[in-house]
Order: sequence, then C-alpha cells, then structure tokens
Amino acid sequence: MADINVLEKEAHLSDHGDHHDDHHGDKYQSSFVDRYVFSQDHKTIAKQFLITGMMWAVIGSAMSIIFRIQLGYPDADISWLQPLLGGWIQIDPLTGVGKLDPQFYYALVTMHGTILVFFVLTAGLSGTFSNLLIPLQCGARDMASPMLNMLSYWFFFLAGAVLFISLFLNTGPFSGGWTGYPPLSGLPQASDGSKAGATLWILSLVFFVVSVLLGGINYITTVINMRTKGMHMFRLPLTIWAFLVTAILGLLSFPVLASGFFMLTFDRVLGTSFFLNEIFVAGEALTTRVGGSAILYQHLFWFLGHPEVYIIILPAMGLVSEVLSVHSRKPIFGYKAMVFSILAIGVLSFLVWAHHMYMTGMNPFIANIFILFTLIIAVPSAVKVFNWIATIWGGNIRINSASLFSIGFVSMFISGGLTGIFLGNAAIDIQQHDTYFVVAHFHIVMGVAAFFGMFAGIYHWFPRLYGRFMNETLGKIHFWGTIVGAYAIFGPMHYLGMAGVPRRYYSFAGFDSFSEFASMNEFITIAAIVTFAFQILFVVNFFYSMYKGKKQTEMNPWKATSLEWTAPVDCGHGNWEGEIPQVHRWPYDFGRHGRDFIPQTEPLAEGEVDGGH
Amino acid sequence: MGFTIGALCVILLSVFIVQIGKARELASIVRNDPAEQDEINKFQAGLGLLFMVAFLLICVVSFVYYIPTSLGWGPNTAASQHGPEIDYLFNLTLFFCFIVFVLTHIALFWFTWKYRGRQGKVGLYWAHNETLEMVWMIIPSVVMAFLVIGGLQAWNKIMLDFPDNEGYTSVALPEAEKEYIEIEATGSQFLWYLRYPGRDGKIGTKYFTQINSSNQLGQTWTDEKNMDDFMVSELVLPVNKPVRVRITARDVLHNFYIRDMRVKMDAVPGMPTYFIFTPTVTTDSMRRRLSKEPQWQVPSKSDDAKQRWETYQYELACAELCGKGHYSMRNIVTIVEEDEYLDWMDKQEGGKLVEVVDSVTMDVSYSIEKGSVKSKYFSYFKTSDEFNPLTDKVSNFEKVVENKLIVSKYYNDIKEMRFAAEIDSEAFNMYESALNEMAPLLKAARLYQTSQVAASKKNAAKAKELYLSLTQKTEPVEEIIVPENTVTS
Repeated sequence: MADINVLEKEAHLSDHGDHHDDHHGDKYQSSFVDRYVFSQDHKTIAKQFLITGMMWAVIGSAMSIIFRIQLGYPDADISWLQPLLGGWIQIDPLTGVGKLDPQFYYALVTMHGTILVFFVLTAGLSGTFSNLLIPLQCGARDMASPMLNMLSYWFFFLAGAVLFISLFLNTGPFSGGWTGYPPLSGLPQASDGSKAGATLWILSLVFFVVSVLLGGINYITTVINMRTKGMHMFRLPLTIWAFLVTAILGLLSFPVLASGFFMLTFDRVLGTSFFLNEIFVAGEALTTRVGGSAILYQHLFWFLGHPEVYIIILPAMGLVSEVLSVHSRKPIFGYKAMVFSILAIGVLSFLVWAHHMYMTGMNPFIANIFILFTLIIAVPSAVKVFNWIATIWGGNIRINSASLFSIGFVSMFISGGLTGIFLGNAAIDIQQHDTYFVVAHFHIVMGVAAFFGMFAGIYHWFPRLYGRFMNETLGKIHFWGTIVGAYAIFGPMHYLGMAGVPRRYYSFAGFDSFSEFASMNEFITIAAIVTFAFQILFVVNFFYSMYKGKKQTEMNPWKATSLEWTAPVDCGHGNWEGEIPQVHRWPYDFGRHGRDFIPQTEPLAEGEVDGGH
Repeated sequence: MGFTIGALCVILLSVFIVQIGKARELASIVRNDPAEQDEINKFQAGLGLLFMVAFLLICVVSFVYYIPTSLGWGPNTAASQHGPEIDYLFNLTLFFCFIVFVLTHIALFWFTWKYRGRQGKVGLYWAHNETLEMVWMIIPSVVMAFLVIGGLQAWNKIMLDFPDNEGYTSVALPEAEKEYIEIEATGSQFLWYLRYPGRDGKIGTKYFTQINSSNQLGQTWTDEKNMDDFMVSELVLPVNKPVRVRITARDVLHNFYIRDMRVKMDAVPGMPTYFIFTPTVTTDSMRRRLSKEPQWQVPSKSDDAKQRWETYQYELACAELCGKGHYSMRNIVTIVEEDEYLDWMDKQEGGKLVEVVDSVTMDVSYSIEKGSVKSKYFSYFKTSDEFNPLTDKVSNFEKVVENKLIVSKYYNDIKEMRFAAEIDSEAFNMYESALNEMAPLLKAARLYQTSQVAASKKNAAKAKELYLSLTQKTEPVEEIIVPENTVTS
C-alpha cells in the first residue's frame, strides 16, 4: 500500500508542474473495502470512530435506562423486558412478577461505566475529532502513519466486539464496577461476573489500550512533525493543543492500566497474588495466595483513571474553545492562558490520582499531597471557564446547535467542576465518598459535559464530515431537551448524596436512612428516559442529515479561520488538491481590523503583528 | 401490547418532530432571509435567559426543600464528635461554590443574550487582558488555599490514630481521658462480623486459614486475648467515648459506613484499616430530635403502631461494591448511655456461665443472654481432648467471670432494694451507701484478668457479705423481691 505522506514527498520532489491529483483519490482507495472498511483516510477513520461510538452510546445509555427502572420503580413488574434480557429477569413463579436480577443490575452498571468512559467518551470523542481535525487543522495530508491509524480503529472495534460477546455469557458480563477492583474482579469464585465475563472485560480493555496507544503515537507525531509551513505551535487552534496533550496523557497512563490488567490476569489465571492477601472466599481459605495488596491495583488503575477523565474532557474543552470562538465571532480570550492551562491540567492530572482513594485504606498521610494537588487543579480549570465567558463577552454570537452545546458545556463544566471541590477535600470525602454526590459530580463534569463538547463538535464539523448540515430545528430541540434533562437527572442526585445515600445499591428498601427518596428516584428515572429519547432524536437527525441534510454550498460555511475549511467540500484522501496551504497567522483573527474574520492562510499585512501574544 | 403501543407512539412522535424540522429547514431556504439568523439568535438567547433564571430558582427552592435530609442541616447533623467539622467544611465549600455558580451562570447566559449576533455587526477583537487574567487566577487560588487549609486540618485531626493500640487495657471501664474502645468489623459477602474485645480490651488475633463454620473469623484459640471476645449482630456503643473500629475484610473489599457518624473506611483483605470516632448522640436523643420534624411524624414502615421517629436506628452499611448482595449489608448501631453499655457488656459476657452462676446463687429467676463466640470458645476447649496450655486459663477465666456475675447480681439486687425503699429515707440512704461501697467491687470484678481468680473470689465474698449484712439488718420495706434461698446460701 502506498503511503499518502510518501506520495506527498514525491509530489514535492517532482516540483510543481501538473501533478495535481495523482496522490488524491488514490490507488488504495479503489475498492469498496479499502475505501469504507479498511480505509486509511483519517476522515473515514474519524467517521468510523464516531459511528461506532454512537452505537455504543446508545447501547450504554439503554443499559442505564434499565437499571434506572429498577431504581425508580423497584416494585414494578418488568417481565415485559424478558424478551430482551431473558434469564436476567427473575420471574416469581407465584405472583408472575418479574424482577431484575441483582447480579445483572451490577453487570449493567459496570458495562454502562466501561462503555461510556472508554468506548464513547475516549474513542468516540477523542478518536473521532483527533482523527478528523489533527491533519486538517495542522495542514497535513493524513496522519504520520495512516496504517497505524487504521489499526487503531480496528483494535477499538475488536475491543468492542469482545465486550459485546461478553454480554451473552452464561455467567453474565463483568459486574465488579467499571474500576474492576480486586479481589472481587480477581476471584472467579467471588462473583458470577468475575468468571468469564471478567476475562473478556480485561481482554477487551487491553485491546482498547492498544488502540489508544496506536492512535496516540500518531496524533503526537503528526502534531509535532507534520504541521504545514508557518504553523508554529502557538498558531495551532486550541483543539489541536487539547488533542496533543490528550494523546500524551493517554500514552503515559494507559500502559500503566495495561500493566495493572496483566497482573490482574496473572492473579486470575496463573495463581499469582499481586492483589490478593489472606482471603477466605466461597468456603475456602486461599492459603497460597498471600502477600499481595488490593490497594496496589487501585494505584495502578487510578494512575490511568484520573488522567483518563482529562483524556475525556480535554478534547471537549478544545472543541468548545474553537466552536465558541468561531460562533462568537471573537478570538478565544487568553489563548496562551488556555494553552498553559491545558498543559497545567495535563501535568497535574498525573499528581491527583489518589483522591479517588482517600477512604480505601491508603495511608491517610499520603492524602495530604493529593488534597493539595487536587485543589490546585481547580485553578487552571477556573481560568478556562472565565476565559470562555470572556470569549462570549463582546461577541456577535451566532446561536445554533453547535454554539448552544458549547454554552451548555460551560454550564455543565461549572456545575460539575464545583462539586469536585467538595470531593477533592478528603475531610468532606469521608462522608461523600461513594455516595450519589460522586455520581452526580462525575456524570455532570465528565459525562454530560464531554457529551456536550462532542455534540458541539458534531454539529459544527458535520459539514466537514459529510458535506451537509444537520437539521438545526432538531438540533435545538435536542439541545434544550438534553440540558434540561441532564440537569433533571443529575441535579437531584446531589441531594441524595448530601443525605448520604450510597451509590451502586440495587435497592434501598432495607435501609431506613436511604429509602425515603422513592419519589425522587422515580423522577430521575423519568427524566433519564425522556433525555434518552432526545438522544435518539439526535441519532435520527444524524443519519437523516447524512443523506438528506441541507447541502454545504460554500467551502467555509461558519466563516472560520482555521485550515480545515480551506479544503474542498468533498476532498478525498490527501485533503487538499495541489499544495498544502501555508499559515501566516494565529487561528483566532475574528473582528480584527473591523473585518469579520481573517483566515490563517492570509499573509500578515505590512507591520501587522500576529495575534495571540 | 402496551409496550408495542408505546413504541409506536414514540416512533410516530419522532417522525412528526423530524417532519417539522425538515419543513422549517425548507421554509428557511425558500425564504432566504439573511435576517432570519437574528431572529433565531434572539429567540434562543431568550430561552437561555429563561433557562438560567428557572435553573437557579429551582436550585435554591430544591435546596430549601431538601434541607431536612442535607448534611449539617436539621436532623442530618452529625452524631459524632468529628462529624460537625465535616458538615461545616461541606457547607463552607457550598457557600463559596454557590456564589461562583450563580455569578458564572448569570454571566454565561446574560452575555449570550446581550451579545447575540446581529446582522452586519462585528465581534470585538479582544484577545487577552493580563490584569483580568491575573485577577481570576488569584481569586480562585486564594479561596482554594483557604479550603485546602481547613480541609487538611480537619483531615489530619480525624484520621489521627491512637499511638499504641496494644498498650491499653480496661476498655470496658474507661478512666483516663484517652481511653478508647476498640472493636472489630469484618466485611464478608454479604454481612458484617462485629467483634468486641471483651474484658481485656484487646481483640484476639485471627488468621484466615483458621476460618471454618464454627469459627467465622478464624480466631486463633491459642491466643489468650480471644478468650473473652464476643460477636454481636448489633453494634452497641456508649455515648461520648472514643471508638476505634478495626476494619478488616474476609473476601473482597467492603466499606464500613455509618452515615450519621460520618464514618467511612474501606475494609481490605489482609490489611486492617481503622476509623476512630466518638458518638455524641444516643439513639434515644436522636429519636427525640427527629420527633420534632414533621416528616418523621408519620407511621413507621416497619411498625404501624409507632411513628417513624420512634423506630429510627443508626445503620451500618457497606459502601464499596462487593458483589450482588452489596446493598443488603445492614446492621443496626445503637448508641446508649455508659451505664446501659456496661450492663449490655455484662450480659454479653454472661454466655454459658449463666448456668454456673445459677447453681451458685440458686436463683432461678436470674437470666442473662448468651454471647455467641465465647460459648464456642469454651465448647472448643471442653470438647477438645488435646493438651492445650490455655486450658487452665479457660477455667480460671470462667471462675473470674462467674465471680463477677455474683458481684453484679448482688449489686443489682441492692439497687432494686434502693428503688423500693424510696419512701423510707433512712433505708434509702443505707442502700445508697452500700451501693457506693459495691461500685468499686463491681468495677474491679469487670476487670480481673484470668490469673486473678483468688482476688475475684474475694470480691464476690465481699459483695455477698455486704448484701447479707444489709438484708439481715433491715426490715424489708414493702415487697422486696429477694428470693429466700439466696439469703440463706
């Protein structure tokens, strides 16, 4: 297979002349399979990531609806779900009332977490937009290695396939929580979900790690090496900065997760005891399995796990910065501050992992350091929020689905970020740890907020992907339904947390202290179902617009400055016909010199100073 | 059927919405009006303002509505010594965060409204402002520093362990201020094993290989400290005494969580953890507190005859996912006055020895509940033929406890007589002074170690003497329930 970048070099070697399209619409896109399945075109791979991610989002959210039904209507007869869930619905032979099996409840919770965190918000978000935007906004014909890029997607696909298969196991999918803490995950005899389900879960995530690493190496290499002429690092759009730091975080942290998973597998399969010590389970003392530490796994997991939440949110931040600036017709406020806060968040994200572990028996003294760094990380986050608000100030905001979702993102990030200040403080975490307060916090700040960033990105770059626009009316209905719905789901959970209601409870009926919120739980469930319906509307809009949406007639519909809008609407592999455009200025020249916008490709005027400094 | 109809409705509705979207798009293309975007901007920004106002209002109203269950407010204020610090920190953080939350949301949606796009306008070229950026970097930093310092202080105070948990004795009778009760909670799928150290105040060693159906914790029977340990299904703790919970797990991770005490700590197999707390509100006072709240003045779920506040219990829960029964690991925690606690301890210690005491005092009306583990402990030694160095100590221990029970029986008898003698001040004073004399005897009897059989025997004899001297000298006032045979024995 020919490498698009080699072709590019050859094209340059042969000097200008009439080489126009010979590297474009190229040899290896001739067959259907090469073009749409094993494609090496970054744009196609982005679409593959996006659509796979959307499919997983629907599955993962549908799972949450099922367990929300259990929480909202614990006494309801759900035998009507039996055609879908089969044996996981236990039907009482006397009354005929169907109940969700507790084991399956926990499997659903686990799958929901794994799918949403890894498959949707990591692969679906960062995979999609890194692939789409890095070459286009940096001015490259493709990724540094299109081949690895393709493999990255297919490893992700493989990861998904393995996890999907695990849903149909006799003993059920893994059910030890998305964090998979041993000994529960390490001992097949401790839980049904820890049998084959856990093996497939680990296998799936190891494939996923491979996918992230292949992608990450590519993203970093491309951003560092393949920027077009004139594209200094400080002329990169914030999206690219965010993707770059995301990829670095992934590259440094995912291998640690993999090592943790390998040890866990050894414990499960080979009889080692990295994480096991003095255990008596299922009527048997595991006399040979001593000397390990369950806490060690938690350190390894959260050493990935915490950067992971920034791997999720940083791309969303990048997308929102870009979308907000373009639609406000204003430069992003404090470009350098934004870049440095991304970097600061990136560095600090490696120093805060143990704030997930305050109450896990880790030495309380160590917590001191993590309290400090955790609350320090709030500062760059706060700076970003203020800068977004300042970006809106004085703008001429074009309000459409994309900009609405980015404004919604800022709102979500504020609401969810502020509750992080509570949880980062270990003393408060004594009470709030593993309560619904935590559930509310992370769903808003990295779940809903990241989704909002993703939606903003999809509505904004849909023309770049498919040459058509998404339907605006449906988009706006989607936005208002989602923001109201999401707050209706997760807002009340704060009160559950403040009442001390623990998370991951199949039923609260046994506890006086926790069982008084039946009506609130019912409300949350209804809100979740309604919000889910709005997401289905989005999916309908997406596929409808792909074929029937309003056609993109001009090359730069949003009047943006960055390079992705300088490529033709239906550009093939290689992006630009002829030479790659050169860059002369920073990407946020909006409203400068009384002009609505100045594209990056326009040379600086005589005596003009480049912006952003 | 209902499912099918519902699904059809949803499909029809979505088709309807999609058609509307399509129609609007077509109409806009046909109209081709450049000012249309201005209209959209106005409408959407207006919706944003509406949303912002409604959102903030709902936040305030719902907060007020949920005050009765929110920590640090109303009935859900902490019932332990360190708890109010957590509640205070929470609400302090809430105060700062709420201000930021409101201001940023107003700014976000107000600016969106104010700077909504209008045809022919150009946005302001305003790329950065160093002063402004410094200001909004420094203000959060200062607030954070403030919160960090408060948090660190509280955290280190709460998590501070006692210097040496082996050097302490006499947990049952705290004297020095620093004395504490150490208990052990062992998480298991899916129940808690709760163990008390007994009269020596020391939890006996255990090892997981020793676990079997009659030894659920794997206590090592050669360890003397295990001799008096007993297990319960309901935690009973005295008010205002520090409690150190040694938290362990048998199989997978669990978490020892008592909501009202603000206590939470993981249980890790092979690695004991701890949490120290001092309950400050007894179960009874908590119920009295709740009885004033309207939402607690409703019939109880568990007992229709009672109101909800009357059946209130502190609850121990598991807060770390441990498998399919995770949600069902509930135990009741009862906080009582110290006297009540000591009586409860006596009853737990009674165990099998009740029969022995009965034969000594020949008092058939006397009954004591059994402590479960100790019975097992003794039966182990009684049925085991092996030579064991502790066998002697076991029988000594039996004797010591037996003597304590004798003392405590006489103590209680005199107490009863005092109650009955209330109308006769002279007799009352006499019983009162006898009780004062008996108190140290009982205290000592609760403490005696296994080796001190002789001393404990003396104690019992003294108590008996005191009791006899009283009963012989005084005329029984009204009907005192003292069985004849006890007096003559």
